[in-house]
Amino acid sequence: MECQECHKRPAALHFTQVINGDKTEVYVCEVCAKEKGYMSYPEEGYSLHHLLSGLFNSTFESPKGTSGQQTHELQCPQCEMTLSEFKRVGKFGCPTCYETFSDHLDSIFRRVHSGNMRHHGKIPARVGGDMRIKKQVDAYKEELQRLIQNEAFEEAATVRDKIKELEKQTRGDNT
Amino acid sequence: MTLQHFMNEAISPWMREEGPDSDIVLSTRIRLARNFAQYSFPILALDKDLQHICQFIRQEYEHQSFQDYHDFSFVPIQDLSPIERRVLVEKHLISPHLAEQNHASAVLISKNEQVSIMVNEEDHLRIQLYFPGFQLNHALKKVFELDDWLEGKIDYAFDEKRGYLTGCPTNVGTGMRASVMMHLPSLSWTQQINRMIPAINQLGLVVRGIYGEGSEATGNIFQISNQITLGKSEEDIVEDLQSVVRELIEHERKARNYIMEQSSTRLEDRIFRSYGVLAYSRIIESKEAARCLSDVRLGIDLGIIENVSRNILNELMVLTQPGFLQQYAKKTLSANERDVLRASLIRERIQLEG
Repeated sequence: MECQECHKRPAALHFTQVINGDKTEVYVCEVCAKEKGYMSYPEEGYSLHHLLSGLFNSTFESPKGTSGQQTHELQCPQCEMTLSEFKRVGKFGCPTCYETFSDHLDSIFRRVHSGNMRHHGKIPARVGGDMRIKKQVDAYKEELQRLIQNEAFEEAATVRDKIKELEKQTRGDNT
Repeated sequence: MTLQHFMNEAISPWMREEGPDSDIVLSTRIRLARNFAQYSFPILALDKDLQHICQFIRQEYEHQSFQDYHDFSFVPIQDLSPIERRVLVEKHLISPHLAEQNHASAVLISKNEQVSIMVNEEDHLRIQLYFPGFQLNHALKKVFELDDWLEGKIDYAFDEKRGYLTGCPTNVGTGMRASVMMHLPSLSWTQQINRMIPAINQLGLVVRGIYGEGSEATGNIFQISNQITLGKSEEDIVEDLQSVVRELIEHERKARNYIMEQSSTRLEDRIFRSYGVLAYSRIIESKEAARCLSDVRLGIDLGIIENVSRNILNELMVLTQPGFLQQYAKKTLSANERDVLRASLIRERIQLEG
């Protein structure tokens, strides 16, 4: 069997990673095992941060098929954190980093949060006002479909008006 | 409310009330990580921005009250001595990480110490709310209200897809860590807990010692909390944690009954020996104290020891920590001196009751 990292040397080591119950098996050669951090666990002080940067390094391989060597490194316009710093530290520099590095985040979040990439919780009342309304509009739209199917046209009309009213509000807020 | 008040009392006012299942669950905590949209996170923020955040929080929230949480005190971390910082850590009012900060950072504490809001820890705000005993749903409802109140004046960093944005990818989404502190002596004695921890981990929950990440479970006290913050709603996260905690309570009660039935004399012997150590020793290390306190607490829960109150034990657990002992002595103490003072404080409390 060849090494799954370099696809050149024969695989000498076998690692099983279990993350929240998901088992991944990896076969690698000794060189890659060291380089890719499979064996780089420090003797003591093994922290979540080490684990994270380990995850990042195995994740951040040539995004979108470009072959590694990027001449222009991705850098956050607000806090100036670069992609490689982010990988090393395992922490974001500022809220804008989430946008800057967004192409690289899905795979990290998927690993850290057992497959989840999208928020499904509380929405702030003020900042997220529009989003709360959008959520409400979606709920009304579903109801509308149901009412139309049941031929309850009168009620459907009221719901439609509610949707229009809410949509007007969001447009108003945006200007 | 002065800083001195937080320093002198080992047990926070809210701890004096008895919560549901308090024979096994000591406390419930919910923490929310929140950030200002316009500033970099504390690791990269400019010093003037961090100071600005502190000033803003002081201006808007110092001496304010919200619901049952009255008269918030604003305590800048730089103003505290190393011993004072340690005392706040031992009372769980700040994290060890905040205690180490040298940049502008602070904590906002309600009079009853139920709310503590850390400013410029890993995130701009870490909102913590405590309740006695096992009451996760109530805690979630209350922390949401507190969060909405704070948000009235702050633009939170929030993204429709990723949720609340945080410094560390492990907190993004809800930014919520819900945790429950449990006393599980019987599950530890019978070694059952070691077999249960891997199963609990599989559910996306973590088991830790009393002082959080990396700490040991001294005195048979375990902290169970959620690991995953993205993709599940706060209500679902709390529900999952709740069902596991309920399961653990059930198992602990069964194990207690089992030990009582199978080896009651041995159990009584162990409990009374520990009581004896606490009541009469002249030198005691913190580990031994924690172990004995755990035994005596179990003795109280099982009705074997009758003349000591649980509150005394809660108090002693904090009072006998290194920071608190030195705060009490008003000076730095060597390990040996601490062991002597610890023994004398414990003797005093136990005999006061007995």
